[in-house]
Amino acid sequence: MSSQANLKNSSLGEIGFATLPEQIHRKSVKKGFDFTMMVVGESGLGKSTLINSLFLTDLYKERKILNVEEKLDRTVDVEKKTMEIEEKGVKLKLTIVDTPGFGDAVNCEENWMVIENYITDQFNQFFKDESGLNRKNIVDNRVHCCLYFIPPWGHGLRPLDIEFMKRLHQKVNIIPVIAKADTLNTNEIRRLKDKILRELEENEVHVYQLPECDSDEDDEFKQQDRELKQSIPFAVIGSTQVVEVNGRRVRGRIYPWGIVEVENPVHSDFLKLRTFLVSTHMQDLKDVTRDVHYENYRAQYLTKISQQSARERGKLRRDSKPCEESAVETDWLLQQKEEEIRRMQDMLNQMQQKLKAAGRDSSENGTDSDSRKDTESVDI
Amino acid sequence: MADTLAETTHWGNLKTEVAGYVGIDTLQEQIRKKVLKRGFEFNIMVVGRSGLGKSTLINTLFKANVSLRSCSKSEEKVEIPKTTHVKSVSHVIEEKGVRLRLTVTDTPGFGDQINNDNCWLPVLDYINEQYENYLSEEQSVTRKKHIPDTRIHCCLYFISPTGHSLSPLDIEFMRRLDRCVNIVPVIAKADTLTIEERVGFKQRIKQDLANNGIRTYPMKELEEDPEETVTNNKIRELLPFAVVGSNQQYPNNGRTVYGRKTQWGLVEVENRSHCEFSDLRDMLIRTHMQDLVEVTRSVHYENFRQDRLASRRGRTQFNGQVIDMDSMNESSL
Repeated sequence: MSSQANLKNSSLGEIGFATLPEQIHRKSVKKGFDFTMMVVGESGLGKSTLINSLFLTDLYKERKILNVEEKLDRTVDVEKKTMEIEEKGVKLKLTIVDTPGFGDAVNCEENWMVIENYITDQFNQFFKDESGLNRKNIVDNRVHCCLYFIPPWGHGLRPLDIEFMKRLHQKVNIIPVIAKADTLNTNEIRRLKDKILRELEENEVHVYQLPECDSDEDDEFKQQDRELKQSIPFAVIGSTQVVEVNGRRVRGRIYPWGIVEVENPVHSDFLKLRTFLVSTHMQDLKDVTRDVHYENYRAQYLTKISQQSARERGKLRRDSKPCEESAVETDWLLQQKEEEIRRMQDMLNQMQQKLKAAGRDSSENGTDSDSRKDTESVDI
Repeated sequence: MADTLAETTHWGNLKTEVAGYVGIDTLQEQIRKKVLKRGFEFNIMVVGRSGLGKSTLINTLFKANVSLRSCSKSEEKVEIPKTTHVKSVSHVIEEKGVRLRLTVTDTPGFGDQINNDNCWLPVLDYINEQYENYLSEEQSVTRKKHIPDTRIHCCLYFISPTGHSLSPLDIEFMRRLDRCVNIVPVIAKADTLTIEERVGFKQRIKQDLANNGIRTYPMKELEEDPEETVTNNKIRELLPFAVVGSNQQYPNNGRTVYGRKTQWGLVEVENRSHCEFSDLRDMLIRTHMQDLVEVTRSVHYENFRQDRLASRRGRTQFNGQVIDMDSMNESSL
């Protein structure tokens, strides 16, 4: 909309702030966008290929496939790769956080811990930056979404998958995907998806939920949204090879029995994943990270700090339960009660002295028992 | 008598010519009849993580519902056990008058936990238990005419089709079991890999196996004649077999074939250009079944027996009588 039109409108009684969205748009396009995505899954599930396919890059061009001896003593690492891509004047700084070594060892007991620590560290760093003096150029390294790769060979989620998701669903947006989906035909995919959704429910794992679309959106958008929701978890295929099918050149995989096209919606949910991740829900993922996961972290962190300092004040006599507000309250109450006790002790001493003085005149037993009774009634 | 021919046999003697038809060749027929009456025994074990198609492959191999899963309750109730269980189920199948008692041993729970340390121990224990049972039967004073053979003749190990290389669990398992059972590694659900990926994957697997000194069946050291070496070399080239299993049939060019139907084509199980199921089946059933039994008997069992008896040296209580193990061994020679 041009400014001339605005002037025209303002003469008709409008103020003209309808251009705010454009102003924001112009500023953010200038600034550029950033997005951090984590990929988790055991080796050999096509994670690197999928990332390359999603963003049409070759981020993983020179990778060395480890032989088994190299894998034997491997621990889980966290590796960051950043790239800047541009489309129609819009710049995106994309960071991919890779987790090589996850799920590969014979004993994978604490694989999730390295990843959880990384995510928490990013929150911690952001928190510190936010509370710092100079807040102009904060770099946001928080993980906006975590693509979790489920092997297609299997009867649903494995103990490792459930353990990981349970540990991390409150800290990051988890998006489960079924890897190498060309292993399965349509029926098998449907069965597997249903099984996975059931198991997620049974284990009370909250993966990222797509928000409801507004009622004033057009039908096409609603239809698309419905289809997206029904397809979770997405069954994906990736490929960096270009093959020829019916005269078209597409990304695909050539088998002796046919050719799989990566971007064919009948063959896999790849397009749906790309639409969801990049075209429709990237901003929402960032918002949920900021408003839910980061806030949770922040709240927990702040109460932890205040609890520690409360302890350092050294007034706590009773055992502190992990109940944040009442700890502060209990402090105050205790202080009050201590004052009361001190006052009553003073009163008691005075009374005792008076009675002793009086008791020297009358019989000892009667007055002593009286004073004892008085002591008992004062006890709390 | 005619002159002797200058031809040695494997007994080391020169062959003697006979003047006419003696009838020694009927030995073949005599043995055949006896063996047919008795029937054959074959015990196969399948090992691999859950979901790799072990049950389906066994059913496809023997074209019958012989796997553990087919014999137990419905699929929905199957839960992943917390440790490795070892369960067997036996069937008798017959073809053209030849009867085979097939025992399929499954290992649900293997490799499915978060911590899979020592998940191979129940498998190892089971194999050794069968050897132990056979040994005690052999050594009992009144032996059965035909000792039932529950020893595992072949262990099919299923590798996940990641396309990269073997996993640490694969190596740990094979490292410990290649000395006590015939291991035949297969690449499960091989329709995940393109031909190119399959070739690279096999190369890396062979490299991993060589680097770790793992002996898979067929073993080079046991070959007795060059013909055998040639056949076995061909098999070793192909190892590990990239297999696909299916118990569903689809029409294709007028025939019905076992296969998997997808949106982009039909994977035919018995089509040699699609996967190596036929090669596995041929080796396992049509050419090397008897050899697998032989090797188990003469190599793996013998190794076990030697270890066992060597550790039992000295006087022991046996069936209520005090027997000197050394003298017993000598007398049995």
